[in-house]
Amino acid sequence: MSAVILYFVASKFKVYEDPKIDQVEEVLPSANCGGCGFPGCRAFAENAVKQAKDEHSLEGFFCPVGGNEVMQKVASIVGLEIKEQAPMIAVVRCNGTGAHSPEKVKFEGVTSCSFAHTLYAGEGGCQYGCLGLGDCVDACEFDAIHINPERGLPEVNDNCTACGACVIACPRDIIELRKKGPRDRRIFVSCVNKEKGAAAKKNCEVACIGCGKCEKVCNFDAITINSFLAYIDFEKCTLCRKCVEVCPTSAIWEVNFKPRKPKTEKPKSADASNKDLEVNLVAQAIEKKAQPGEGEAAKTKEKGSENLKNKSEK
Amino acid sequence: MGVLKTFALGGIHPPENKLSANKYIEVLPLADQMVIPLGQNLGAPSKALVKRGDKVKAGQLIGKGEAFISANLHSPVSGTVAKLDNVVDASGFRRPAIIVNVEGDEWLDDIDTSDELRTSLDFTPEEIIQKVKDAGIVGMGGATFPTHVKLMVPQGKKAEFLIINGVECEPYLTADHRLMLEKGDEIMVGIQLLMKALKVEKAIIGIENNKPDAIAHMTQLAKSYSGISVQALQVKYPQGGEKQLIKALTNREVPSAKLPIEVGCVVQNVGTAFAVYEAVEKNKPLVERVITVTGKAVRKPSNFKVRIGTPIKHLIHAAEGMPENTGKIIGGGPMMGKALFSEEVPVVKGSSGILLMPEDESHRPDEGPCIRCSKCTQVCPMGLEPYLLSRYARIGRFEKVEEERVMDCIECGSCQYTCPANIPLLDYLRLGKNKVGAMIRARNKR
Amino acid sequence: MNMLTITGSPHIHGDNSTKKIMYGVVLALMPAMLVSIYFFGLNAVRVLLLSVFFSLFFEWLIQKYLIKGAITITDGSALVTGILLAFNVPSNMPSWMVIVGALVAIGIAKMSFGGLGKNIFNPALVARVFLLVSFPVEMTSWPKPGVLPTGLADVITGPTPLGYLKEGLGAGKSMAELSQHLPTYMQALMGQLGGSMGEISALALIIGGLYMLWKKIITWEIPVSILLTVFVFSGILWLINPNQFADPVFNLLTGGLMLGAIFMATDMVTSPMTRGGQLLFGFGIGLLTMLIRVWGAYPEGVSFAILLMNAVVPLINRGFKPRRFGKKPGVAIG
Repeated sequence: MSAVILYFVASKFKVYEDPKIDQVEEVLPSANCGGCGFPGCRAFAENAVKQAKDEHSLEGFFCPVGGNEVMQKVASIVGLEIKEQAPMIAVVRCNGTGAHSPEKVKFEGVTSCSFAHTLYAGEGGCQYGCLGLGDCVDACEFDAIHINPERGLPEVNDNCTACGACVIACPRDIIELRKKGPRDRRIFVSCVNKEKGAAAKKNCEVACIGCGKCEKVCNFDAITINSFLAYIDFEKCTLCRKCVEVCPTSAIWEVNFKPRKPKTEKPKSADASNKDLEVNLVAQAIEKKAQPGEGEAAKTKEKGSENLKNKSEK
Repeated sequence: MGVLKTFALGGIHPPENKLSANKYIEVLPLADQMVIPLGQNLGAPSKALVKRGDKVKAGQLIGKGEAFISANLHSPVSGTVAKLDNVVDASGFRRPAIIVNVEGDEWLDDIDTSDELRTSLDFTPEEIIQKVKDAGIVGMGGATFPTHVKLMVPQGKKAEFLIINGVECEPYLTADHRLMLEKGDEIMVGIQLLMKALKVEKAIIGIENNKPDAIAHMTQLAKSYSGISVQALQVKYPQGGEKQLIKALTNREVPSAKLPIEVGCVVQNVGTAFAVYEAVEKNKPLVERVITVTGKAVRKPSNFKVRIGTPIKHLIHAAEGMPENTGKIIGGGPMMGKALFSEEVPVVKGSSGILLMPEDESHRPDEGPCIRCSKCTQVCPMGLEPYLLSRYARIGRFEKVEEERVMDCIECGSCQYTCPANIPLLDYLRLGKNKVGAMIRARNKR
Repeated sequence: MNMLTITGSPHIHGDNSTKKIMYGVVLALMPAMLVSIYFFGLNAVRVLLLSVFFSLFFEWLIQKYLIKGAITITDGSALVTGILLAFNVPSNMPSWMVIVGALVAIGIAKMSFGGLGKNIFNPALVARVFLLVSFPVEMTSWPKPGVLPTGLADVITGPTPLGYLKEGLGAGKSMAELSQHLPTYMQALMGQLGGSMGEISALALIIGGLYMLWKKIITWEIPVSILLTVFVFSGILWLINPNQFADPVFNLLTGGLMLGAIFMATDMVTSPMTRGGQLLFGFGIGLLTMLIRVWGAYPEGVSFAILLMNAVVPLINRGFKPRRFGKKPGVAIG
């Protein structure tokens, strides 16, 4: 008797749902991270199917966790064609380690960057620099960013889905989402200090001083200087690396490039640690470990490239 | 004197350590170079009116307060402007400042720098407020709210009492105490001017009972000034908090998220009253103030009258040098003061004291788990539950933090002082206030 | 000069500390400890030592090998739990049962909830109830008090006054008849009656309670509201029928009420945070205690009453908030 009642109630009050929603949800990664801008994978599926039906487009829909592979599947379910999007990654634009930006004061208190930012400028004195207390680490749901205890700065690994949570969490806007680049290579200015060069350099030896050499040497109009700070537009950058060579403070980073042939000139010490780190990032990527960097600043360039060769032979 | 009054809710009794209570105010000699930050008040910083190479005289206007909540800035010295540059402020942030090389001590002609007591009340309320505004006077208790804005009572509200804050509830600080003892008459005239500006007939000066000489002196003086009375208060922190003081003196509670004018009161610090006297009677803008330099290891705890813009290392030098074991320099008192970034930081209008903490008292003790003793709740003067607010802030539930009224928090620090587990309650409360403040601003924008 | 430290305010700290509070409680428990040793002798010493040692040991073990976190056994909280657990069992309790009790108190009631500050139920009471249910015989045979007895075995046992009362009333005897065999008030105050180790001397417990009030370790709301509720409730019943019900003073001085009201219910971690909440908490405990004493199956109900009210504490905390400043603006102008 109750079975009969239930049957009638179920069929009378049934909510019609486009079966495509279930199909789309099926191919989504079910991380429910919010990286797409929707509150969960189901919401993404509902809205995507709706927009696909009403407007015949999937404009504005991208699942950063699933990436292009998943989006192609979604597109084929709703019967549309979509362009591939360039993968993005979070980039930490500060290199103010203890070696480059020596401590002037010692901080004690709640380990929250949002809190420390309102309390004081930073242990090295740079009020734009990373505080190293890990709000970005707390915000990340993909285990993609960790504070390297030796450097005191966050490092992003391959788990990053560019959802943007760390970008929002950082009170100093140090983290930016940039294109991952071909073969995971990218170039960026690892500094967000907007003070005059002399003032910036006083607190940190690898700060951008806004000298403009990079802007002059760039043939692709990718670099602009604003308020004593250089910025590289990742859409225009062709990864030619000319700016990296001319930067007097080694503020510009090239990530995942093969080390250059050793020059006759002895490289600056700041430069060496920069390149070592780049090598280590490659090694990391190859080993696909989620642990932060392994390097000591003492490693030489040659040993670094040897490591690289060994690891790629594994 | 009568019965000692106080506020009812919460409060703590930290050790007073008024090491410099009987030290006369000393005038500090001028430094060679003054660093005058443009942002010395709540609200917008002043806009610089001078440039490199300009010659200035003491008392000359060098910065204009243009926004509604802003204040004028005057040169404390005579000399040449060396440059306009960003300098390190109390927190280590670099902010715009005017740097002046000192040459002599020449004041503008119309400024009376003598000690002669002027008592004329021949000014209209509007004139008084204008002179206060021109002189760049801000709240000298530390909050640095522009005084002329406070004196302009909004439409629909009426001031009934002027309350003068002579409480100085922070341990160690004695600047207001000495000012009352040595410049009592001037303060009284200043109070009368403020009463006239606010159109009130009654002023009450609240003084804590650990300053019996100040209470006696001011009570004696008050006999010759009509409308002004002195009320002795029980020693309890934070008696000097605006809302707590109003409650103690008038038994009225300022409603949540509202200003004291809501209950007919305006509160001013004794230092502000003194500055108003100087501005109105002597045409002297706010360029100097009394600061206590103190600390258990300081060789000569003192009260100095200094010009704003003096790097604090000069004050420390005058107190016979930085003690070897200093671990922290605090600008202000130990309960609400700010840990300063370095000794190069200059004195500003809101600096009330320099406290040099020995190394063994400079570090946070180890944190333990909350034992739910509710001592924090018992001592909170605003009736909040710090244990709950800090837990919610810790786990990121900021909508709950707002619900539990974190915006009422006056950041007095009583909760963290009392906590047996050494939990950094005020740090979390501040984090909560920050995030909730941002939420509220975002909400109001929509 | 050292490198400057930057912290948020306040930059000074009062002299409160968790350790001070815990060791203050231990000091307050001393009078009752001494009375217990006086009347129960070597057995009492045995139970106390075992309970304290194993409470500390299990906490150390769990923190070192299970949680692998900081070792906090010196903060005094396990010590307090150990002493209170010993106070809640009869002095002739077999050693191994005391050890099991310590394991339940620390391991289950405290550590599995997250350690100090995170438990919902009073650990010593959880252990007592566990032992009562698991070993009812051993938990309900109390040695008669002697004078510093040195024997560890062959103690003469008997019921507690409340137990005697319950049995007697159940068998139809009248109060007048029974009260000849019940201890006098003086005996109850001093401790010359049967009971668990810490329960017997109301006076020793009161002295400890006054010490804690003086040192601001506890506030008066909980003990007073519990005792007052019990007094009034039992007073009303006694006035209605003095032959059927024991008088209120007897109710106050016997059983585990004093121990519960002064030391167990006032445990900070498991009691409400506001004064209003604490009054309600105490009222609830008093009420439940009397209900169990009069109409329940057990002669004593304090432990159950406290545990039941512990469960309600989060709800009480939700409902009772401190008075907010600025709620009553007084006379506003304009």
